[in-house]
Amino acid sequence: MDRRKTLGEFRVNGERREVAYEPHRTLLEVLREDLGLTGTKHGCELGECGACTVLIDGTPVLSCLTLAQEVEDRPIETIEGMADKGELHPLQDFSAELGASQCGYCSAGFMLAAKALLAANPAPTRDEIRAALAGNLCRCTGYVKIFEAVELAAAKQRGEPCTPSRECTHGH
Amino acid sequence: MATEDRGPAPIERPEGKHLHAVPDDRLAVVGKPWRKIDARARVTGQTRYADDLSAPRMAFCKLLRSTQAHARIVRIDTSAAEAMPGVYAVLVGKELPIAFGILPVSQDEHTLCIEKVRFVGDPVAAVAAVDEDTAWEACRRIVVEYAPLPVVSDVFESAATDPQAPAEHRIHDYGRVGNFHRQENLEFGDLAQGFAESDLVREDYFFFEGNTHLPMEEHATLAQFDPDGKLCVQSSTQTPHYLHRALAKVLAEHVPAHKIRVIACPNGGGFGGKSDPFSHEIAVAMLSIKTGRPVKITLTREEVFYTHRGRHPVLMRSRIGVSRSGRIKALDFESHLDGGSYGSYGTASTFYTGALQCVTYQVENYWFRGARHFTNKAPCGPKRGHGTPQPRFALEVQLDKLAVELGLDPVRIRRDNLTEANSLTANWMRIGTQSLRQCIDKVVDGSRFLERWQKQPYGKGLGLACSSYLSGAGLPIYWNALPHSGVQLKLDRSGLVTVFCGSTDIGQGSNSILAYVVGEVLGLEPQDLRVVTSDTDLTPVDLGSYSSRVTLMTGNAALQAAERARDLIVPHVADKLGVPRNRIGFAKGRVFDVGDPDRGMPFADAVQLAESKLGTLGTTGSYRPPKSPARYKGGGVGPSANYSYTAAVVEVDVDPETGIYKVPRVWVAHDIGRSINPCLVMGQVEGSVYMGLGEAMMEEMSYRPDRFGVHKIPSMLDYKSLTSMEMPEVTTWLVGDPDPNGPFGAKEAGQGPLLPMMPAVANAIFDAVGVRVDEVPVTPEKVFAAMELARKGKDPRVGPTRTPPVEWPEARRVRTPWQGGTGLEIEREQEELAASRGNGPKGGA
Repeated sequence: MDRRKTLGEFRVNGERREVAYEPHRTLLEVLREDLGLTGTKHGCELGECGACTVLIDGTPVLSCLTLAQEVEDRPIETIEGMADKGELHPLQDFSAELGASQCGYCSAGFMLAAKALLAANPAPTRDEIRAALAGNLCRCTGYVKIFEAVELAAAKQRGEPCTPSRECTHGH
Repeated sequence: MATEDRGPAPIERPEGKHLHAVPDDRLAVVGKPWRKIDARARVTGQTRYADDLSAPRMAFCKLLRSTQAHARIVRIDTSAAEAMPGVYAVLVGKELPIAFGILPVSQDEHTLCIEKVRFVGDPVAAVAAVDEDTAWEACRRIVVEYAPLPVVSDVFESAATDPQAPAEHRIHDYGRVGNFHRQENLEFGDLAQGFAESDLVREDYFFFEGNTHLPMEEHATLAQFDPDGKLCVQSSTQTPHYLHRALAKVLAEHVPAHKIRVIACPNGGGFGGKSDPFSHEIAVAMLSIKTGRPVKITLTREEVFYTHRGRHPVLMRSRIGVSRSGRIKALDFESHLDGGSYGSYGTASTFYTGALQCVTYQVENYWFRGARHFTNKAPCGPKRGHGTPQPRFALEVQLDKLAVELGLDPVRIRRDNLTEANSLTANWMRIGTQSLRQCIDKVVDGSRFLERWQKQPYGKGLGLACSSYLSGAGLPIYWNALPHSGVQLKLDRSGLVTVFCGSTDIGQGSNSILAYVVGEVLGLEPQDLRVVTSDTDLTPVDLGSYSSRVTLMTGNAALQAAERARDLIVPHVADKLGVPRNRIGFAKGRVFDVGDPDRGMPFADAVQLAESKLGTLGTTGSYRPPKSPARYKGGGVGPSANYSYTAAVVEVDVDPETGIYKVPRVWVAHDIGRSINPCLVMGQVEGSVYMGLGEAMMEEMSYRPDRFGVHKIPSMLDYKSLTSMEMPEVTTWLVGDPDPNGPFGAKEAGQGPLLPMMPAVANAIFDAVGVRVDEVPVTPEKVFAAMELARKGKDPRVGPTRTPPVEWPEARRVRTPWQGGTGLEIEREQEELAASRGNGPKGGA
């Protein structure tokens, strides 16, 4: 295998980063191994689980199926770029609040997919949330707290009341 | 600060064992939906899972796995691999000849196979190289010559193993005979009489297909052998203590136990799949010793399917006798576990298939026979619910059938058979609090079950099922008299309290539980504590994240340590304030006179005061579950400090043309005793509903018997699980009475709520279209096949019709509590009686 490296420039989370990398490497590998951004996870490296989801130009893509070369010089957003100067994004905030992130391994992918949804649709229905997140698997939560976190984050972004219901945190 | 700002009045000198009785409104931390203490790290990508770790000079490991289901290894030639540039070391089985396994009774695994391979995927060799690609390529160049052996693919083939066949045809050389791993036979009470007294007797057969944990994180391990001869292994394990023991055993010639450090990384999901010590963990440790480099391995998703240790496929026969009113007089239950190729937790799994039926319902006379078979498939082990979902499926579906046959309804037959609080079961399990009646009421009322059951249009159905589960196994995995859980507290002059505990957070929030419990007692907010866990060098032993034991056991240990810390501080603050010791309270970061809350001091000042008198401050706490009255051989599996209870109703919508069905809604009520954190309990319940539905509807580990044991679908795409599209709306109730054995009254939440889902789905299908699928998963194909049978006027049922023939060992007979038994086998009762009459110990003095 030709192992000579190529030099590329990536725009990750608003920063320009120069990387020497092997041209066959996936975006997932470059993010985790060359840029040290290990917040992006992998559950299969076959495009099946959604854990490696990042945003390219604001659109969710599976970084395990994306060649790094394809996305040079395009804006990439990972979980590390989601909080703003230490202040959690509403999706992160409500995921933490409700325990929508149990083991947390799928959380980066979910929150980035949800962020893209809310950018396109600020008031999604439960069914629209389900559809937007259908490519991301979670084994811990049963998705329920994830749906609720997305709904509350959407409400907050719309400037509407966003207090979790008692049924959500304590049951009926 | 105004007094009302200090929150609830502090608990006045309670002793830990009475804390369950403290009312909710007197608790500041417990019972509130606090964020997890590590929630921020998890939502910002900062949690470091095992594969996120790296070290300078790190080598990458890959395993070469068997392509044969059962074969003798004739020859392994590693020379081509070793000659490759970039390869640091190659490891084969004979370099690590010491066997290991999670249970002392089944030490049947080797790090890498030595003489034979037992399933497709069994690790045969390991390579450490400069990068993963080189390690893969080196594995490819290792030549292994196999001599194939007969493949055993299910329990019928196992039971048919010819006793005269050559020894190597047996998958293992232990076990009673052939390919049986275990055969157990336990009889409680008088079965003949129980059946004679029954008005109705049913015999049914059930099959529960195996399925796997499918944690989102693939297993990963980083091992570092340092120049001082110490080994550090960081791994995605739920059981660092047991991994430590396995490493110490296998590597005994290379590094002593006290120089081995195991750190469990935050697990990206476990569900039981990371609770065995694994080949890959020991292989990288040995490769690090060989190369003097840090060595890391991360399994591929396909390898995770081979590593498995998931739900056993279980074939069951259940004969049940009931009175006309539906009271259970006798239950004769037989299980056949398809264990796969190694022991793993299988001995415990076998007993668990018979342990908890009587904890849910009163069974007057009970007979359990269980056999575990070795087959040439990936080893099965503990998955959420461990050994109990399969018999739960059988019993709950059978009760449904009985109800119909007796003209009762599914609610009544369950309500009339419930066990009582503070009672003993036929098999000597001691029940504490029991709120299953309340659970049933919630889901039945919430779903309007009685108004809708058998009254909806064809295709629409409701199914009810109940369950119980243990809050931690009463006995450790290896026999010892030590605590199951230990906690140390360090009290710093800054006011920081650090909690050290060997427990492992696999996402359930166990780190936070420690902070909630200690924070409650010492009047601190959870985020103000530091929690250090799952590091065998730094933290006292906790046995691990399995058997739903962590909240109850670490919670009780933390409670004891925190109360001891308070006891260190109280006398010195009392002296300083000049008030009696029983007037010192802890709340909102202050220590003060509860009679005059303005008189007091910040917690940090109180610590300094005590430290100035006592020297450096620290305490310990530890926990062992209460002794069980089940003293018979085999009675070690099933006892627990308390039991959780769950009831669930599932709604289905079946397409009569295709058998394809949807689950639009689930109602679930869980007896939690008291929630330490209700929001986290909600998460466990909802997650259990999800995972149970996956098992009920679609998840299965399936193999090609005609292709020599090759796994059909070792990928996440083909192994179907519920996505966000299939997940129903879930209505949840948390109910219960605080249990005296739980910390602040808590019981488990992580496993019990999964159990009713599978039978509730099958019962709902019956209600919807009048057919019985006595198999899990209840796939649309099976529903369709059963509907076809109905259309042809045949018995509308899909399911097994027989179990393999077994020559069972003689039953160990135990009298029930209501027969005046003692918890011992009748044989040993007589021995004890003889001993007490003076025919006892002879000789000596």
